[in-house]
Parts: sequence; structure tokens; C-alpha cells
Amino acid sequence: MSMIAGHLEPYLVLSSLLFSIGAFGFLARRNAISMLMSIEVMLNAVNLAALAFGAFMPTLAGQGVAFALLIIAVAAAEATVGLAIVIAIYRNRKTPLVDEYDAMRQ
Amino acid sequence: MPLPPTIPFIGITWADALFLLLGGVVLGSATLVVLGRDIIRNGLMLILTLGALAGIYVVLGASIVAGAQVLVYIGAISVLILFAIMLTQSKSASAQLNFQTQALPAALASALIGILLAVALGATQWGSTVYNDTPDPAGTATAAAVLFGPWLLAFEVASVLILAAVIGGIYLAMKPAESEEIEA
Repeated sequence: MSMIAGHLEPYLVLSSLLFSIGAFGFLARRNAISMLMSIEVMLNAVNLAALAFGAFMPTLAGQGVAFALLIIAVAAAEATVGLAIVIAIYRNRKTPLVDEYDAMRQ
Repeated sequence: MPLPPTIPFIGITWADALFLLLGGVVLGSATLVVLGRDIIRNGLMLILTLGALAGIYVVLGASIVAGAQVLVYIGAISVLILFAIMLTQSKSASAQLNFQTQALPAALASALIGILLAVALGATQWGSTVYNDTPDPAGTATAAAVLFGPWLLAFEVASVLILAAVIGGIYLAMKPAESEEIEA
């Protein structure tokens, strides 16, 4: 009898811990690319929760996989545009640190 | 010869051992992603996080998502991130301070989020099924019927979104023409 991997809750706990790690990285890092990496970590935590629900809730069979695949597609689009924006800003400001992007504050 | 139902001498099942091992790798490498100083190593640790998560998806029986994870995240997004790191980092960047001044409140807030979510999600009675071993890996046919049935419109919109993102990414990363550069 599988004590851990056969239950829904351990996956949800792992997913929430992963989400909080990503949230900390997004709030605390100075580098724009580090913030994008933290967003990817958070999206993966959501994916894990969706897949766990899809696997363990009989009424949601198949929905989790469909949801996760769509999230992966949206994450790919987000990474493309986000990194292109970071590179375009870097070309203007010569720095990847977000706290130095203060042109609209003055 | 079939594997014994539990790992010899330890007495936990294979699925449990895989979940614990991969979950530990996921949490450890994700922590290194957000805490490490060298951003190239952050990117490599992100690849490790995504790979271990693909393993957890296999334990969950979602092998199609694990394949998509390896192809899209590890194969495409991580490489894109590593390229962007190489394009934007100066040599002095990793010697500078890594964190904002708000890092301590951010740590407290995200720890609060994590604890609240973990307690709330872990303590709720979801009415979920319990598997004796790993979840059923034959879920791909069900998932395909769902994805190309009620979710078909979302699927098509996602393809248009990716096309728009590709065009937008090319436009944003394009070197501006000479005349525009003078204006700016």
C-alpha cells in the first residue's frame, strides 16, 4: 500500500511549497531574468496541482492533463515575449537589474 | 523478473521512494534557483527542477505532460533563458547584490503563502480516490478526448497565441532601424 504517492495531498503540499519558492524569487530578485525563471517555477507548481487533481479526482479525469498542456503552451508564449522585452530593455539601459529601470518614476 | 512490491530492507513502495526523491530534488533545486548567486547556475538548476518535475508527472500517470515538459520547458524555454542570460549579463552583474531591499518582507510573505496553501490544501477532504500504486498511466486517451472535445476552442486559441508571441518576440528583439535609433 502506497502511503505517500497514492494520495492527493502530498502532491498539493509539494506544489504549494514550490509556488511559495517561486513567489519569493519573483519578489526578491533584482535580475529581470531571475524573475522570469521564478515565474516559470510558479507556473510549474500550478501545473503539478492541476495534474494531481486530474489524476486523483474521478470527476476531473483528463481535465488536468488538458489544463497542464494549455498552461505549458501559454508559458512558452510568455517566456518568448518576456525574454524579448528584457533583451530590448537591456539594449536601451545596459542593465538587467529591474530596480534601475526607473525612467517613468522621474 | 518483476520488481518486488516494496524496496528491500526499507519497506516503502517504489512510487513512494520516487515521489520522495524527486520531490526533494524539485524543492532543493528550486531553492537554488531563487537563492543562488551565479545566474548561469540558476538557469541550470531550473533545468534540474523541470526535469525532476517531469519525473513526478510520470509518477502521477501523466506521461504525455512529462514528454511535453521535457520538449517545451527543458528543450526550448530553458535554452531561451540561457541565451537571454548570456546576452544580458555583464561580468560585474554577479558580483553585485542579488536581492532587492524588500527581500526580507518577500521571504516572510512567501513563507506565509506556502504555509497557508500547504495547510489548507493538505487538510481539506477532497473526496479523492486513493491508488494502491502509481495512478493509472492510461489517462492519455481520456485526456485527448477532453482536450479535443470541450477544450478544442482553447486549444485553437493557444495556437494563435503562440503565433502572436513568436511574431511579437521577433519584432521586440529585432535591432531597430537606423532612422528609429536616431529618434530614440
